[in-house]
Amino acid sequence: MMTNYKAGLTRFFTPRGGMHETEQKAVHPFWVIVEKEVVDHVSSWRFGILIGLMGLTCAASLYIALEGIPNALKPNDPEGSFIFLKLFTASDGSLPPFHVFIGFLGPLLGISLGFDSVNSEQNKGTLSRILSQPIHRDYLINAKFTGSLIVIASLLMALGLLVTGLGILKLGILPTPEEFLRILFFMLLATLYIAFWLNLSILFSVRFRQAATSALCCIAIWLFVTVFYGMLVNLVAKSLAPSGMASPQQVIGYQQFVQNLSRLVPSQLFSDATTTILMPSVRSLGPLSMEQVYGAIPSPLPLMQSLLVVWPQLTGLIAATVVCFALSYEAFMRKEIRSR
Amino acid sequence: MGQDVINVKGLTKRYGQQVIVDKLDLTIPKGEIYGLLGPNGAGKSTTILMMMGLVEPTAGSISIHGVDPVSRPMEVKKRVGYLPEDVGFYDDRSGLENLVYTGRLNRLSVQEANRRALALLERVGLKADRAKAVGNYSRGMRQRLGLADVLLKQPEVIILDEPTLGLDPEGLRKFLELIVELSREEGLTVLLSSHHLQQVQQVCDRVGLFVAGKLMAEGDIANLSGKLFPDDPVVVEVVVDRRPPGGALSELLQAIEGVITVTQEEENLRIEADRDIASEVAQVVVNSGAGLCYLKRKDYGLDEIYHRFFKNAG
Repeated sequence: MMTNYKAGLTRFFTPRGGMHETEQKAVHPFWVIVEKEVVDHVSSWRFGILIGLMGLTCAASLYIALEGIPNALKPNDPEGSFIFLKLFTASDGSLPPFHVFIGFLGPLLGISLGFDSVNSEQNKGTLSRILSQPIHRDYLINAKFTGSLIVIASLLMALGLLVTGLGILKLGILPTPEEFLRILFFMLLATLYIAFWLNLSILFSVRFRQAATSALCCIAIWLFVTVFYGMLVNLVAKSLAPSGMASPQQVIGYQQFVQNLSRLVPSQLFSDATTTILMPSVRSLGPLSMEQVYGAIPSPLPLMQSLLVVWPQLTGLIAATVVCFALSYEAFMRKEIRSR
Repeated sequence: MGQDVINVKGLTKRYGQQVIVDKLDLTIPKGEIYGLLGPNGAGKSTTILMMMGLVEPTAGSISIHGVDPVSRPMEVKKRVGYLPEDVGFYDDRSGLENLVYTGRLNRLSVQEANRRALALLERVGLKADRAKAVGNYSRGMRQRLGLADVLLKQPEVIILDEPTLGLDPEGLRKFLELIVELSREEGLTVLLSSHHLQQVQQVCDRVGLFVAGKLMAEGDIANLSGKLFPDDPVVVEVVVDRRPPGGALSELLQAIEGVITVTQEEENLRIEADRDIASEVAQVVVNSGAGLCYLKRKDYGLDEIYHRFFKNAG
C-alpha cells in the first residue's frame, strides 16, 4: 500500500510524458531537488509517525482547552474579548496547552526531518553522483533545507487552521480578524522555531557520518535546552541571589541578568514570543517597576504592540537559525565528496 | 583524433604531509579508452575526483576540453559523465525514476528525460526492470544503470571509477563490451580506473600504471612491457606433434642467431631470445620435419607486468 501511495505521489510530481502532451519546460534543478525532498519526506514512514504524534497531541490539547475554557473565562478579564485565543493557551493543568505542545514537539519534528539529510546521501553513495551533475554544490543543501521547511510550514499551517476550524465548530464563535492574525503569527513563529532545529540537525548531518550520531547529538542538545538548561540557570540564579538588603536597582539588575541568561536558548525565546502573541494582556517580558505599571489600563495590547514586544525574541530566533544554516553551508561546501 | 580531451599537468594532492597524487602528467586524446591502473590507495580515485572538481588539487592544472574544473566546475560537469566507485541510487525509487531525476538535474524536461532514460535503459538491457525499485537490483544491474545514468547527459567524456568491481565474469564481459561499443559509436573518450588488469587489458587503447601517486609507465600493453622491462628476453612457445626424425630439435633451434636458451619438455619448447625470432623458429621447426601445432610469441599480460613491476619495486 505504501508503494502504491508513493507511486501516486511521484506521478503527481513528475507527470509521465505522453506523445501528445505538450512539451513541458525544464524545471530549474534546484526545484527538482526540492520537489524530490518533499516527496521523500511526505512518503516516508517517519513523517507518518510524526503526523500521527502531532495530530494526537493537538487533539488532546484542543479537548483540554475546550473543557477548560469555561473556567478560563473570568469577569473583568482583560483578555475577555479574546476567547478564541484561549483555544491555544487554556488548559486544566492535566495536559499542557497547544502552544506548549508545539514548543515541545516542534524541535522533534525539525530534528527528525534533518538529522540524516546529508549523511544518508553520502552513505547511500548518491551524493557524489548527484554532485557530478551540472548543479552548484549549494543547491543540494539549500534545496534540502527549503524542502523540509515547506513540509514543516504546511504541516503547521494545516494543524493551526484545523484547530481553529474545530474551535469554530465547537465554540460556535468566530475568531476576530485580530485573533486570526495572531494565530497566523503564532504559526509563523513556530515554523521559524522549528526551522532552527531543522538547521541544527542539518549541521550535524553534514558533520557526522553516522545518522545515529547526528540524531543523538540533536536530541542531546534538545534535552539540554528543554530540561537541563533551566535547572542550570536556577542554580546560577540561587548562587547569585542578592540579599534581602539589596537596593531595588540591584534586584532588578539581578532579575534581568537571570532572565537574559535563560533567554540564551531558543526554546525560551519561543515561549516568550508565543506567550506574548497569544496572550494580548502580556505587556512586557521583563520586570516592570511600579512606576511603569502605575496608571496603566489593564487592557490587551493591539497586535502591532505585541509584535513590538516580541521583536527582540524574533530577531534572536532568526539569528540563531541563520547562524546554524551558515555553519552547515560552510561545512558542506568544504566537505570532501568521496564515494561512500 | 589528435585533439587532447583531458590534459593534466603537474597535478598534486597532499593531505597534510601525505602525498596522494604526486606531479601527475596525463594527456588523453579524443575517442581513446584509457585505463588508469594501480593498486588500492594509489590515488586513482583522488585524481578522478579532482578532474570532476569535487576535490581541490593542491597544485598543478587540469584541463578538460580546455576547461579548468577547479574554477569552472559547471562546464566540466555538463560535458563529463562520472560513475563513482560503488555507485548509489535511491533504493526506493525505480531505475527509470532515478534516471529521470538525473535528467532533470541536467535541465531536461520531464518528457525529454523520460525519452532518453527509456532509450538508455533499453541500451543497457534494463528495459524490463525499469519499474523495479533499485533496491532489488543486482550488483550488475546497478552498474549498468550507473552507465545509463552517466550517459544520460550525453557527455563527451566519461570517467568510470572502478566500474568492474564486484561483477561476475559474464556481466563483466558484457559491461566492458558496452563501454567499447559506446566509445566507438559516439566517439566518447573514456577514462576508467581499475585494479583488475585482465579486463582493462581487453578494452583499453592505452593504460597508465599508477603507483603511490605517480604514473610509472604509460602505453599500450605491448609497449608497456618493453618500457618496463627492456632487458627481458622475447619468449616463443612452440608445440610440436611429433619429434623430428633427427631428434635434436632443440639443438637446431639453439643455432638460430640471438637465441639464449631452449628448454624442452616432451612436445613443448620454450625459446628465449634477445630479439623477435618467431618466424625463424617456425621455419626451423618445419624444415626439421617435425609437425608444428602451435607457435606463439609470448606477450606479457598486464597481470605479469603488474606482478613483476611490484617485485622489482619492492
